[in-house]
Amino acid sequence: MSTWGSYLFALLLWPGLIIGALLGWLYLWFIRKLTAQFQGRQGPPFYQPFFDFIKLLGKETTIPGGISKLLFYGLPIISLASSLFALAMIPVPGNPMKAFPGDLILFIYLLEMPALCEIIAGFATRSPYGQVGASREAMMTLAYNIPFLAAVVALAIHAGSYSLSALANQPLSWVSLAAAVAFFLSLPARLKSNPFSIPNAEQELVAGAYTEFNGAPLAMFELSHTLELVALISLFSVLFITPIASGWLAFLLFLALSVLVIVLVTIIGNATARIKLNQAFRFYWGWGTAAAVVALVIAVIL
Amino acid sequence: MNLWKKLMQVSRRKSPWIYCLNTGACNGCDIEIAASLTPRYDVEQIGVRREGSPKHADILVVSGPVTLRTRDALLDIYKQMPNPKAVVAIGSCPASGNVFAGSPTIYGSVDQFIPVDVYVAGCPPRPQAIAKGIAEAAVILSEGKQKNLKEEKK
Repeated sequence: MSTWGSYLFALLLWPGLIIGALLGWLYLWFIRKLTAQFQGRQGPPFYQPFFDFIKLLGKETTIPGGISKLLFYGLPIISLASSLFALAMIPVPGNPMKAFPGDLILFIYLLEMPALCEIIAGFATRSPYGQVGASREAMMTLAYNIPFLAAVVALAIHAGSYSLSALANQPLSWVSLAAAVAFFLSLPARLKSNPFSIPNAEQELVAGAYTEFNGAPLAMFELSHTLELVALISLFSVLFITPIASGWLAFLLFLALSVLVIVLVTIIGNATARIKLNQAFRFYWGWGTAAAVVALVIAVIL
Repeated sequence: MNLWKKLMQVSRRKSPWIYCLNTGACNGCDIEIAASLTPRYDVEQIGVRREGSPKHADILVVSGPVTLRTRDALLDIYKQMPNPKAVVAIGSCPASGNVFAGSPTIYGSVDQFIPVDVYVAGCPPRPQAIAKGIAEAAVILSEGKQKNLKEEKK
C-alpha cells in the first residue's frame, strides 16, 4: 500500500472514523448497560448510541445569539478532526500508518484539542451554564494532565524515543507498571466520569459547555468524545499488548484489555459520587503527582 | 436518499430525548415521571434520556395547568427546542385545568399556547402510561405527524 493509501485507510477505516466510531459506540453502550445493570435496570439496547447520533444529525440547528456561525460549526469540526487524527496515529494491531519521529508530541497535542474546543465552546455560547462548565474543564486540565503527561514522558524516557511505535514496542518493565498507574489515575477525569464528572455535572450544570449546542454540531461533539474514548483506551491497551503478542492474538488481547479498562472505569464511576473541584485538585496534585514522580524516577533510574 | 430517510425515521423512534417541564403542577405527575425513569419502569430501554437543556430534547413533557407565572417560561422553552419536536401532556391538568379550572391564577389547558401531540390521562397517570405516551410521541415524530409541522415548514 502506498503511503497516502495507508494514511487514508488509517483515517477512514481502521482505527479511524468508521470502525473507530462503531467500536466507540459499542464501548459507550457497554458503559450505559453496565451502569444500568449496577442500578438494577435493563438498560438501553446495543444500537442506542448509533441512533442517538443519527437523530442528532437530523435535527434542526439553531444558533444562539452572540456567537458567530464560524465558531459554532468550526469548534465541533476541529474537535472531531483532532480526535480522529489522534486515534489514527495509535499503533493498534493492524494500523497501516507509518510512525514518524516525534509523533508522540503531535499525538499529545491532538488529544488536548477536544478539551480546548470544549472550553472555547462553553465561553463562546455565553450561556452561564456553559461558562461555568468551561471554566471547570479548564481547571481540570491543569489537574489531570500531571499524571497523564508524566506517564507518557516516563515511557518516552525509558524508550529513549518520542515515537509512539517505539513506546509500544518496548518490553514490559516496572516503568510500564508505574506509567499505567499514573495513566489510569487520569482516565476518569479525561472521560468525565464519576467522581470527576465536574465539568459536565448533570444535576447542577445542565449539560456543561454543550448546553447551547444542538443538532449536527452537538452530534459532532459527541462523536469527537466517542473517538477520544477509543483513542485513550486504545493507547492504554496498545502499550501493554504490543510487546507480548502479535497477529490475531494481539488483536483479541487488545479488545479484552480495552473492555477491562472500561469495566474498571465504570465500576469506579458507579461506586463514587461527584467530588468538588478543590477535592479533585487535591487528589491529582497529591496522589497524581506522587504517581507521576514515581514513574519518572523509575524511568530515570532503569 | 430514501435509505437515509428510513434510517432517520428509525432513529427518531428509537432515541426520544425528553425535557420535563412543570407548569404549576401539584408535583404528583412529576413524581410519576420520575418513577418512570427509575429502575422499576426504566424508560432507557426505549432510548429515553432526560436532558437538562431544551436544546437537546425532542419531546417536551409538560405537567400542570399553565399558571399566570409559568406561561412565558413554557413558550420560551418550547421555542428553544429545535425541530422536529413533539409535546406530551402528562395528567389531567394540562388537558383541562383539572381541579384548578376556573381559578383566576391559571390559564387552563396547555394547547392554548403550544400544540399537544399526546395526552396522557390520569391524576396522576401511572408510570407505565407515561412511558407509553412518550413512546407514542416518538412514533409520531418518526412518522412526521407532529402537530407543529406547519410552523416548521415556514
